[in-house]
Amino acid sequence: MKQINNLKPHQRLLSGGRLPFQLSFWGQMGFILIFALVLFGPIMNLMIWTVTEVWYFPNALPSQWGFKYWQQVFNPYSDVSGSLITSLIIALLTVVVCLLVSVPAGYALSKHSMPWRVFWMLLFLIPQAFPNLTVYMNIARLFYEFNLNGTLFGVVIVHSVHGLMFSVWISVAAFSSTDPMLERASRNLGAGPIYTFFHIVLPQAAPGLIASSIFVFLESLDEFTGTFFVGAPDISTLPLLLYTASMEGNYQIASITALILLVPSIFFMLVIHKFMSPEVLSKLGK
Amino acid sequence: MGVKTSHYYWLVAPAALMVAIFFLYPLAFSLYSAVSAESGQFTLAHLEKIFELYSTDILFTLIIVLSSVVILAVLSISIAALITLSPFRSVVTLLGFLYRLPLFIPFIVTAQMMRTFLAKNGLMNNAFIASGLMTPMDTVSFLGWSGIIITFVWKQLAFTTLLISGAMAALDESQIRAARNLGASRVRILINIILPQVAPTIGVSLVLSTVTMMSVLSVPLMIGTGTPTMISADMAFRVNSYGDYSVANALGLVSYVLCAGLAWFYLRQSLEDKGVRS
Repeated sequence: MKQINNLKPHQRLLSGGRLPFQLSFWGQMGFILIFALVLFGPIMNLMIWTVTEVWYFPNALPSQWGFKYWQQVFNPYSDVSGSLITSLIIALLTVVVCLLVSVPAGYALSKHSMPWRVFWMLLFLIPQAFPNLTVYMNIARLFYEFNLNGTLFGVVIVHSVHGLMFSVWISVAAFSSTDPMLERASRNLGAGPIYTFFHIVLPQAAPGLIASSIFVFLESLDEFTGTFFVGAPDISTLPLLLYTASMEGNYQIASITALILLVPSIFFMLVIHKFMSPEVLSKLGK
Repeated sequence: MGVKTSHYYWLVAPAALMVAIFFLYPLAFSLYSAVSAESGQFTLAHLEKIFELYSTDILFTLIIVLSSVVILAVLSISIAALITLSPFRSVVTLLGFLYRLPLFIPFIVTAQMMRTFLAKNGLMNNAFIASGLMTPMDTVSFLGWSGIIITFVWKQLAFTTLLISGAMAALDESQIRAARNLGASRVRILINIILPQVAPTIGVSLVLSTVTMMSVLSVPLMIGTGTPTMISADMAFRVNSYGDYSVANALGLVSYVLCAGLAWFYLRQSLEDKGVRS
């Protein structure tokens, strides 16, 4: 049966017998080529802008290339270095806040004896189910009354609420994959609940918690709307700096900032790919 | 295991409180503020005002979101179907790698890329000129409604395709094999066997994409130049320039209704499907 299936396409005509096999192959390859051009075109344009010094209409390519703006960006006193540090601090604090609240929540929700489990799980989905622009606007208004606008704390709170969905849901999955028998064994041998949690349960859930932290870190690093309302103009993160530079027509600075934001995204995508691969996940429970 | 179930509430409480205080409360407040006067009385004045001032923008937003959703549906279904059904291994591998590319690229970076790519002297027009399809004088800037749609589709395609191709991969393969052996074409398999089964996933991915498109502020600000613009940009303007939260919240109410409308359409559709089947 399998063999017939494998042979079939080579003998048969595709899509109802209208297109010969060869033609459909080149048709699909043509689609991929166009798709690739559409995907890489904007990325290429960004790359070109990062090494452009002079580019006037109607020149197809920059008339002067160079790394002049890179030196400007990586000058220790530039806005970019400052924003980069602010962004990293905010992202790390957001990860800490999310871990602090979602580890206990994830542990509790991984127990099926938890009353109203579905309700709690859905509660953490809500921030993804509503357009959050309006919510950020009103948080900014609320924070204004408590003098939290333009503070690091306010921005971290906004980013944490946004990241909570990822961290809670992934934590639940991580704790669900731990072995309850090990926990029971530890308790039967006389270990306390807190000792058991930190020495038996937490190490088993660690890979999932790391993956969730990576998600939260990335989301915080790339967040624009919330920071725009709550943080600006006192707190300048990389996305805000990118936006300001771009609106001022300073495309080189904007493009280099965009490239800086792309690096962790691509790096973590590869890491997450490794963590989330089926082979690793299947080992988790063992 | 010695832990009482009531103790679990304490473990969930911090996270739940955070969502309640910093999401549910502002959400409820935005709804309240949209339909009440300063004295707290119920009023439709803000809603009347936004229909007077921003009715073109509301229509514009609706058109942008609907076109993006339709294009997203067509493209992501085609790509997912190619990945699932294509007999060529190289096509499947290449596409599987390519479509995921924008998944982790932030919206703000996408907006900046498109701002340069779609401009009058952007790489897209330059490529057309270089290939002889256009002269430099024929070029037009795509920054505007079409640029916003292109940017949304470019970025969200990875997400919708990921969900839809995941659902297609989870289907029972024996059904597809049986249909193929009975002589059904690939297009017929897609329409009659695969699509009805992955319809819920398509609906969910499109509704979630709509919510994302209504929440993203950077794209309309950076790509949509001039008027009309999306209501998300209007909301930011209303708050930052006038401090006028009531009108901004009334616009927010419209954005909820837009998303809810699409979600309702999807729910009704899936309920009808169930009604037909049972």
